[in-house]
Amino acid sequence: MAAPLTLLLLVAVTVRAALFRSSLSELISERVEVVSPLTAWKRVIEGLALLDLGVSPYSGDVFHETPLTIYLFHFLVDYAEVTFMVSVKKNVFRKQKFALEADRYPLDCLELIRSPKEMYYIPLKVAMFYLLNPFTILSCVAKSTCGLNNAIIALFILSTIKGNVLLSAIFLSLATYQSIYPLTLCAPALLYLMQRQYIPVNFRRASFWWFIVQYAFMYLGSLFVIICLSFFLLGSWDYLPSVYGFILSVPDLTPNIGLFWYFFAEMFEHFRLFFLCVFQINVFFYTIPLSIKLKEHPVFLIFMQLAVISIFKSYPTVGDISLYMAFLPVWSHLHRFLRNIFLVSCVLLACSALFPVLWHLWIYAGSANSNFYYAITLLFNVAQILLVSDYFYAFLRREHHLTYGLYLKRKDGSEATLVLK
Amino acid sequence: SLEELVIRPLHSGDIYTSFQFRTLWETDFTRENKVSHYRLFPKSLGQVISKFSVRELHISFTQGYWRTMQWGQPYLPSPPGAELWVWFQDSLTDVDGTWKELTNVLSGIFCASLNFIDSTNTVQPSASFKPLGIGNVTDHQIVCTENLTPWKKLLPCGSKAGLAVLLKSEKLFHSSFHSQAVHIRPVCKDDQCKTTSWELRQTLNVVFDLHNSGQGKNEWSLFKMFSRTLTEACPVASSSKIYIDITDNSQGEQFELSPATPLLSQAVVLGDRRTFSVYDLTQQITFGTICNVLKLPVTYSAHAGDMLRPLLHAERYVAGYGLQTGEIHTLMYNNHPYRSFPVLLLDSVPWYLRLYIHTLTVTSKGKDNKPSYIHYQPSKDRVRPHLLEMLVQLPPNSVTEVTLQFERALLKWTEYTPDPNHGFYVGSSVISSLVPSIVAMDTNNSRERPLFSSFFPSKEESSYFVRVYTEPLLVNLPTPDFSMPYNVICLTCTVVAVGYGSLYNLLTRSFQIEEPSPGLAKRIANIIRKMRGVPPL
Repeated sequence: MAAPLTLLLLVAVTVRAALFRSSLSELISERVEVVSPLTAWKRVIEGLALLDLGVSPYSGDVFHETPLTIYLFHFLVDYAEVTFMVSVKKNVFRKQKFALEADRYPLDCLELIRSPKEMYYIPLKVAMFYLLNPFTILSCVAKSTCGLNNAIIALFILSTIKGNVLLSAIFLSLATYQSIYPLTLCAPALLYLMQRQYIPVNFRRASFWWFIVQYAFMYLGSLFVIICLSFFLLGSWDYLPSVYGFILSVPDLTPNIGLFWYFFAEMFEHFRLFFLCVFQINVFFYTIPLSIKLKEHPVFLIFMQLAVISIFKSYPTVGDISLYMAFLPVWSHLHRFLRNIFLVSCVLLACSALFPVLWHLWIYAGSANSNFYYAITLLFNVAQILLVSDYFYAFLRREHHLTYGLYLKRKDGSEATLVLK
Repeated sequence: SLEELVIRPLHSGDIYTSFQFRTLWETDFTRENKVSHYRLFPKSLGQVISKFSVRELHISFTQGYWRTMQWGQPYLPSPPGAELWVWFQDSLTDVDGTWKELTNVLSGIFCASLNFIDSTNTVQPSASFKPLGIGNVTDHQIVCTENLTPWKKLLPCGSKAGLAVLLKSEKLFHSSFHSQAVHIRPVCKDDQCKTTSWELRQTLNVVFDLHNSGQGKNEWSLFKMFSRTLTEACPVASSSKIYIDITDNSQGEQFELSPATPLLSQAVVLGDRRTFSVYDLTQQITFGTICNVLKLPVTYSAHAGDMLRPLLHAERYVAGYGLQTGEIHTLMYNNHPYRSFPVLLLDSVPWYLRLYIHTLTVTSKGKDNKPSYIHYQPSKDRVRPHLLEMLVQLPPNSVTEVTLQFERALLKWTEYTPDPNHGFYVGSSVISSLVPSIVAMDTNNSRERPLFSSFFPSKEESSYFVRVYTEPLLVNLPTPDFSMPYNVICLTCTVVAVGYGSLYNLLTRSFQIEEPSPGLAKRIANIIRKMRGVPPL
């Protein structure tokens, strides 16, 4: 287990180092699909330069990272490449450990149970999916701070799986501090930890509420500490509107692979606030229904939440996508129930290839216009939504089969078809 | 009041004419009594000064770009478009509100659309302009006859007598460069500066093009340039003179003036000692002879090398390709053979070109030249522009290049001008400097001097103040498709609805074994059987 993993790490590091040194790194760090105004390395350097000039980095509209990030990079700016590669490695280790713990024991239906042999290779597959995913490589070479965000979320998942409540709350508050959306990961974390401690999820039980209060206290406490620390680092509350106001109010309409930019570029002024609220609520809105449906399966809930965040957040990049795609090998046993996987993977590949082409045609050649790029954005997001809902369907179907048996028969004895009704 | 007209033939074959009108107003605003005795000072401007607590005001409307390399330095520099600089009194508290009201009132007085000046293109520089200035640069103001008429109305004699008679809009606007400006400032009445009076200067600079005006022969006359003749002197003017720059004509080989005049005067202007022939319009004698006859036949041999090269000169352009990024390059030329001097560069870039200050490089002669002072105020989206001020030392006889990278923003579809593919204008950068002078400058400010040489008072003999404006830039931004708002809203909401729909289905429905629905015939049969009360098929 260790040997193939080490080999994999070596390959991944080599690929990244080779790309860092080549002329492609400049090109990649400018791509709008890979970096967003929130995560671009150029903006981090700009923030540091403004700090050196004695101007607050938040007085302008270029820099949108949190103060802790500035200070982290202040010390690490010379070792930036190393930092990003280390975060990648950390990410991988966490995921590997997580995958080992992920499964519980399924019921009858021998075919559906995963054999230990399969399970053994899952961490390696997860690591491979994450490290060798071209999206991750691009994100790392561009030195996008998305890699750090992913590392924090991976640490959070690891600590949740291990059952460490305090660490889980701390990492979750760090992740929320970086970008607001991981707030929705509270629910799966709570569900998993309660499951692990055998607290029944029942609104009438005192232990349920008591646990929630404990977790909320730890989470809010560490969040409060981090925010106050940021205030003392820079001496003002300027960063709050610059970071969180920016994420929520979407003033910067730089094109990216998400749905927000063109929508708000073409929005009628009168309705802008309304649709802004609708789109932001859309990200948080699926938490409660998904938690209710998946309360027995918090790990899958984490996957679903991460996917929803990555698709519907205000400034998505390919780094966010690679995070939830890394989880796919964990559910490789679902592939027999997936219905659209071929279509989805073809669309995703085609869109990834078309993004740079249509960008070039719009911005450099001038022969296309923004609609072309926007169309590919739409298609890419539809493909992601199909992927996620397909996996959800497969998961629910497997659960159904686990309960009712794999080969179902209709009343007259012929082979049954299952539909959702 | 004083009025002057300076005519200077330029080496490139053009004629530079500069009108200056000055009115002094003795009054003291520090006392609270209402001032109503205006005399020659225009009432509208007087009210503006008192109501908005203005200490100094400079407004200029320019069409065309001043070509320093071909024409030399202007007497009063101005950037293309409209520019407004105001210094408020220290006692003023609400600067932003007053600024807004002031711009609206001025746009009424000058019939110019100055109400486009708002916080998104207003800056407060720290050093380039004298303290507490609020300035604005807007471009692409088409200066038209509407701006000239209200400007003429502010003159004491209007356009009825004196030099202002020559200001006829058709000929003035049919020129390579045209700039009219109003400057209001307090001046000291004596050396100790115990009392101040308000000075209103109105200047009009025009550069006429030889070929453009259809002049085949090289003969100029006042009538040919302005299509007007001088009729009578302005009765309220204490002095009314025409100066013709004859420095290049010392031997009389370039051109000859007719009628000739014995009056000569010398002045040191812009670091150069120039000789002028003077025509005094208040003398009846000169008047009689020049009303129709002032001719300046000018023949131009190519003596461009004889022109004194301007010591400070600047250019600016945008480099890069595509609509995503770009670079602003500013080139500053120091043409002095052995002296280096510092210059202050002021750049105000609109917020939609996002500057990256860490990409700022300043190189002279191929080597890095670190500026000794940098003041940078980053922009805030839709609120204020970038402000960059730098003090750079220019080595002698060199070109200094300042480069800065920027990213172009995608704006909301309502924020584009009606012709979005024309591009967006970026205001000129301002380069101010004390340039070492070859000729000793005159520091005695109380002596009577021609108006055009006394606008920027020299504090020392060895240098004079120069302000150079660069070209404005025209930058293209990526545009969304303006015909698509409804389509975009529908399509994006469709995608979000696809997500919502799939997840809703999976969350609210459960798996059931599907009973195949019977064929149409059977279904109708079942309905009939149900009606009969018989069990279905």
